[in-house]
Amino acid sequence: MSVTTEPVQEFDVANPEESFLTRLWENFKGGNLGSAPVIFGLTIIVIVFGFTAQNFFTAVNFINIITQMSGTTMLAFGVVFVLLLGEIDLSIAYLSGVAGVMAAELQKPDSGHHFTGIWPIIIALVIATLIGAFQGSFVALIGVPAFVVTLAGLLAWQGVIQVTLGAAGPIIIENRWINYTASYFFSATAGWIIAGVLIALYLLSVGLSLRGKRRHGVTVRYPWLVVAKVIAIVGVTLLVVAICNHDRGVPLPGLIIIFFLLTLTYITKRTTFGRHVYAVGGNAEAARRAGISVPRIRIIVFMISGFMAGVGGVMLAGNLRSVAPDQGGGTLLLDAISAAVIGGTSLFGGRGEVRSAVLGSAVIATIQNGLYIFGFQPGVIYITTGSILLFAVTLDTIARRRQAKTGR
Amino acid sequence: MSDETPVLELRGISKSFGSVEALSDVDLEVRRGEVMALVGDNGAGKSTLIKSIAGIHSVDSGEILFEGNPVSISGPKDAAKLGIEVVYQDLALCDNLDVVQNMYLGRESHNVLQVLNEPVMEHRTATTLKSLAVTTIRSIRQPVATLSGGQRQSVAVARAVMWNSKLVILDEPTAALGVAQTEQVLSLVRRLGEQGLSVILISHNLHDVFEVADRITVLRLGRNAGLFERTKTTQEEVVRAITAGKPTKVSGIAMEETS
Repeated sequence: MSVTTEPVQEFDVANPEESFLTRLWENFKGGNLGSAPVIFGLTIIVIVFGFTAQNFFTAVNFINIITQMSGTTMLAFGVVFVLLLGEIDLSIAYLSGVAGVMAAELQKPDSGHHFTGIWPIIIALVIATLIGAFQGSFVALIGVPAFVVTLAGLLAWQGVIQVTLGAAGPIIIENRWINYTASYFFSATAGWIIAGVLIALYLLSVGLSLRGKRRHGVTVRYPWLVVAKVIAIVGVTLLVVAICNHDRGVPLPGLIIIFFLLTLTYITKRTTFGRHVYAVGGNAEAARRAGISVPRIRIIVFMISGFMAGVGGVMLAGNLRSVAPDQGGGTLLLDAISAAVIGGTSLFGGRGEVRSAVLGSAVIATIQNGLYIFGFQPGVIYITTGSILLFAVTLDTIARRRQAKTGR
Repeated sequence: MSDETPVLELRGISKSFGSVEALSDVDLEVRRGEVMALVGDNGAGKSTLIKSIAGIHSVDSGEILFEGNPVSISGPKDAAKLGIEVVYQDLALCDNLDVVQNMYLGRESHNVLQVLNEPVMEHRTATTLKSLAVTTIRSIRQPVATLSGGQRQSVAVARAVMWNSKLVILDEPTAALGVAQTEQVLSLVRRLGEQGLSVILISHNLHDVFEVADRITVLRLGRNAGLFERTKTTQEEVVRAITAGKPTKVSGIAMEETS
């Protein structure tokens, strides 16, 4: 069978009366909710706080929320990959702590192992990635359950942090690159240039995709949807930059979120590796029979999880400009996993998007921020986050049961 | 290769698991464009035989000839290289992926940077499905989870034939299907034969076998128990071979009828 360029659009319009809405409804019935619930929920939360809380709907607070959510979002990116495989990584929070402590230790002047510039960050990220590979090897090659391997990691890395900082106590970070990851702001002009570059890249990718489809005679489904998406994304980008410029300017942590959002989305959706991650999460046996090396995919995913934990750890250290023995503790682990799940990534593997990390983190950070402005105790914030998490998982479970029902 | 050379010929295949003799001196021949049914009771050795062809089991003795040349198949990859594809009963589809993604699973079309070439894959999937007249699938971009059993089977079969395969082995393709969906899959099998592909169809359902098969090989207790031309036999005759057939080929000792 040779590949011709003869159009085959009659295939996809076998049912011409099928509109976008029926397709959406089919998706809904099939348990494919995507990001719809979390975007809806986030909108409600923002509206409620916007009307009730003082100083919530301001440019200052907008930037605060971005800065507060950035570290957790990095960890949540890694969680999305691990969850797509149907696995879990409990070690990420203390792993991020190890990366933070490592970076802080390496930038310490007069310590005998002093590195300047961005070297402390790079070394910390390499170590975090290798730790991810180490843990992933137990899961992928020996078959130890990921839950246990990473639970051991959770304990061990917490211990490593306490042993390292035990006697000396907290380390103050003076390396400006580490601190920049959490608190650098671009000037107004730089902000607009960034917006322009992002929009140009986006338009270019849309154009290339349309050209590829036309060249191979594949129809563009719902052309007006493409137009609507372009307008929305351009509009939101410009709006966000305008709001940021109203206060301190576009924050570097925000740009780091966008960078990983785009890169990781591209990897999951447009590369063979990403496709194989979904395949292994959906049906590992089918993937194996199709010739995919399942252990290789598993190890790489745990390396991504470790790397993203490292990035988050450096940003969290930069946010406080110091590391303490409880680095990576608190609710960081649960926030990161909750963020991915609230954002719509399934706990059962094979379903989810990279963007759910950002959306889920935004929900958690916004609730924490809003309730904090109201003066609520942390306890109330935990109760609220817990309730939302339960709701999100219930929605996922129902969606999964519906999917099982519609098939056959 | 002349048209007379069988696509696949097995000569005297034997296979034991420990002291259990699963296959003993089995012959099988599949011609080009032929649907060969492989029938037999549970434990007759059908699965062991196809797993030997697919390279999952190695045979203890006997010869495998593919297009007239002796070959050794020591893994699924060897089988695929020859052009042998197996569709197992559980189909091995990823429910969370769509039709195109499943058709190309593990063999995605991509560039040097491992970036997927979606338009090519989408186009060729559509062409393949259309050439097999699989038209009930509404969109090839819908997840396989939303398809019916017959549609899923069709996708699995289409995936097997898309890779220039010469021989497709179908393991109980209609076992879990309703009447209408069975008919859908059987007409697909018939079309494969018409397109010059050879098919080995494993089935318990003689009604299905008599609808599509050209010839029928019967196995019983790991031995050949009959080879029938569909047009020159009856279901009764085949049933007799399945349940009480005498081995057609006896090496060494003559078998007593056991039932």
